[in-house]
Amino acid sequence: MTAPRIIVVGAGPAGIRAAQTLVEAGVRPVVIDEGEASGGQIYRRQPNGFKRDFRQLYGTEHRRARDLHETFDALREKMDYRPRTLAWNLSEGALHIVHNGISNAVPFDGMILATGATDRLLPVRGWTTPGVYSLGASQIALKAQACAIGRRVVFIGTGPLLYLVATQYLKAGAEVAAVLDTSAFGHRLAALPLLLARPDALAKGLALIAQLRLAGITMLTGIRPIAIEAGADRNVARVHVRDARGRDRNFMCDAVAMGYHLRPETQLADLARCDFSFDPATHLWSPMTDAMGRTSVRGIYVAGDGVKISGADAAEIAGRLAAHAAIADLHSAHPAGRGAEGSVKKLLTSHRRMDRFRRGLAKGFPWPAHLAEALPDDTILCRCESVTVGSLRMAATALGAPEVNRAKAFVRVGMGRCQGRFCGPASAEILAAVLGKSTDGVGRLRGQAPVKPLPIATVPEDAS
Amino acid sequence: MTEKADVVVIGGGFMGAASAFFLRQRARSVILLERGLIGQQASGVNFGNVRRQGRYLPQLPLANRSRAIWSRLTELIGTDCEFLATGHLRICYRREDVGELEAYATHAREYGLDLELLTQRALIARYPYLGPEIVAASLSPQDGHANPRLAAPAFGRAARSAGAQIHENTEVVGVTRSGEDFLIESADGRRFSAPTLLITAGAWATQLSAQLGETAPLVVRGPQMGVTEPVPYRVEPVVGVMTNDPREVIYLRQVTRGNIVFGGGGRGPADATARRAYVLPGNILNQFRQLGRLVPDIRRLNLIRVWSGIESYLPDDCPIMGESPTVPGLYYAFGFCGHGFQLGPGVGETMAELIDTGTTEIDLAPYRIERFAEAAPIALPEVELSE
Repeated sequence: MTAPRIIVVGAGPAGIRAAQTLVEAGVRPVVIDEGEASGGQIYRRQPNGFKRDFRQLYGTEHRRARDLHETFDALREKMDYRPRTLAWNLSEGALHIVHNGISNAVPFDGMILATGATDRLLPVRGWTTPGVYSLGASQIALKAQACAIGRRVVFIGTGPLLYLVATQYLKAGAEVAAVLDTSAFGHRLAALPLLLARPDALAKGLALIAQLRLAGITMLTGIRPIAIEAGADRNVARVHVRDARGRDRNFMCDAVAMGYHLRPETQLADLARCDFSFDPATHLWSPMTDAMGRTSVRGIYVAGDGVKISGADAAEIAGRLAAHAAIADLHSAHPAGRGAEGSVKKLLTSHRRMDRFRRGLAKGFPWPAHLAEALPDDTILCRCESVTVGSLRMAATALGAPEVNRAKAFVRVGMGRCQGRFCGPASAEILAAVLGKSTDGVGRLRGQAPVKPLPIATVPEDAS
Repeated sequence: MTEKADVVVIGGGFMGAASAFFLRQRARSVILLERGLIGQQASGVNFGNVRRQGRYLPQLPLANRSRAIWSRLTELIGTDCEFLATGHLRICYRREDVGELEAYATHAREYGLDLELLTQRALIARYPYLGPEIVAASLSPQDGHANPRLAAPAFGRAARSAGAQIHENTEVVGVTRSGEDFLIESADGRRFSAPTLLITAGAWATQLSAQLGETAPLVVRGPQMGVTEPVPYRVEPVVGVMTNDPREVIYLRQVTRGNIVFGGGGRGPADATARRAYVLPGNILNQFRQLGRLVPDIRRLNLIRVWSGIESYLPDDCPIMGESPTVPGLYYAFGFCGHGFQLGPGVGETMAELIDTGTTEIDLAPYRIERFAEAAPIALPEVELSE
């Protein structure tokens, strides 16, 4: 029996472990990755010529980073690795990829989607002011280019990344003006039993907070963002919030890093027509899977933050599990397909522990749906198409849109470059609130190709 | 309990919503039944062309009637549906096609449509962004474009405000005739009746007409639509290609927001039962090439989204419109073969006139449902030769 054709999309922790597991089973996977080099967002490599060592670059995770990079580099001859390549579309049994302006179709029997996550954003008045970055982008600037987004930075939002990036900026020599968290201390206490599923990770998180405290950084919890304000130069100058006791607080700054934990990148699973479900704990839609990462569509698997925001360690396990599932389903004749039960069992056990921790994070740093619902009408909601919160409310009230796709059709919210990946989460909350429905009751934005904007100069392979 | 009215309309696309609206203008009581939401299928996913030129010539009186309503939308339904009379430019790449543009312009004039023929020199002067392969064009100054996502729902809301009973999420499962009335039953067991029934159910219309003994060789296809990121507003007219090569067919329009909407170059598969239609990746790449020929600068932009939907086609590329020859009180308006959007308001007004008065100024002879029973079967072209 010839080995099945399996594509892995994404070369972050999940994709790397999936590729490794496939190679071990005698499969030569095609690995498609948008990045310049493997590692994903978390273990992103610095450009050639940069000389920071692993410890400087990846902190407490330097051993894992090194191991993943070395593992992947050792696989190079055993896979068909396509960096700087976007998987832009999917048709029956073929993935359409584009590299250097040339598109081609890669046929497959199985595909593991390890597509990772992006920041989850919540609009606030003034969030489109120059100098406002997402948390993830702030971290990438530092990690990849050794650049800070500003000299004096306010960190606002919620989630573990808020504290991690603030600490990294502090270490890099930037001034951290404040760390402003919408979740309350009580949320963290309530999440403690779940977070104890990974005492190591919990300890690392607490250490970050301790470092910030030691440095005398203002850290507020339970805040309500009011506005991000520009100065005379039109660049961001001030962040205005209301603290947990209802007092107005202003923080001067020249840059803002903003994010509310992460959201999975699910466009390909959507184009593959996988069934999705809504998780009430996180208010996120994800492809439905079994414990191994099998979706509702035969031959399509998902792993890592591209399905549930569980972090890099969990992604490594999920990548292996998805690969084992693909081998079992598509390559059962191979000896590695059998005899893997023991290791799969172990992987499943640790993945369950990781999932418990994931739920802890969701509980400790909850998505502030109530803040989205309360946004003033004049706030820009969809920045790609310049749609305000008020326009979306009007789509529901005056035009009668009962769900998100209809609202998109009426007022273009989620119709722009990002296709709702960034405005979608807040839009759903606003629409649900105005219609008096649950968040899942207003539906899910339908995904359409291309996965990300595709240059019109793109030509098919045969025409090049 | 059975809900009664003068007319039941089944199918809340553009044709059904506009018919309901104009029936209310004539003080007829109307129930409109829509399986999903108003304007969700072909009416909402099309290109948005408000184009008369290039149409089948005998269709121009209907298109002219419709065009007159497009200008009055704000007054009639309270919104303009983003209609802009920007002009429509029909271009060609070959000298030998210029004669066809000229001949069409001559005939169109007889139907009251004045077209302006432009040489390559005039085109470059007026529209400097057009590509060098274009040798001539025909401009229809009063044609333009509108937002298809807004139009049918706006007619639906206006019809409701005018007193029509609009029932969305109402799937019709049974249509029968009982005495003078039609009895209509929905999937959730509600019943409706009226002495007049208008079927405007697009790709699903023959499933209903068949219950009353009539059918037509309707097939479904998906338009292949796409849109770029926004750029400063520059391309005013709708631009489309006249060609005999189906792969060369492309049409585009820029909305004032800045995005360029395009379509053409073949149709994709559609599944009427699953209500899904697909854009083929190969079609997208061909469209890119054709867009570059039409407006070379567009190569510097990005595609941000594609979409399709379920359109219904008939072998002779003409719709079915008019009264049933066999069942008194039964009317049809469906199967608009991918160019119903411009006609929507005119079809609504014409159907309302026909139902209300028993006659209409528009010649509906080419659209009789019985024409397929009379004629030998014709194979449907897989390709699209006009937008």
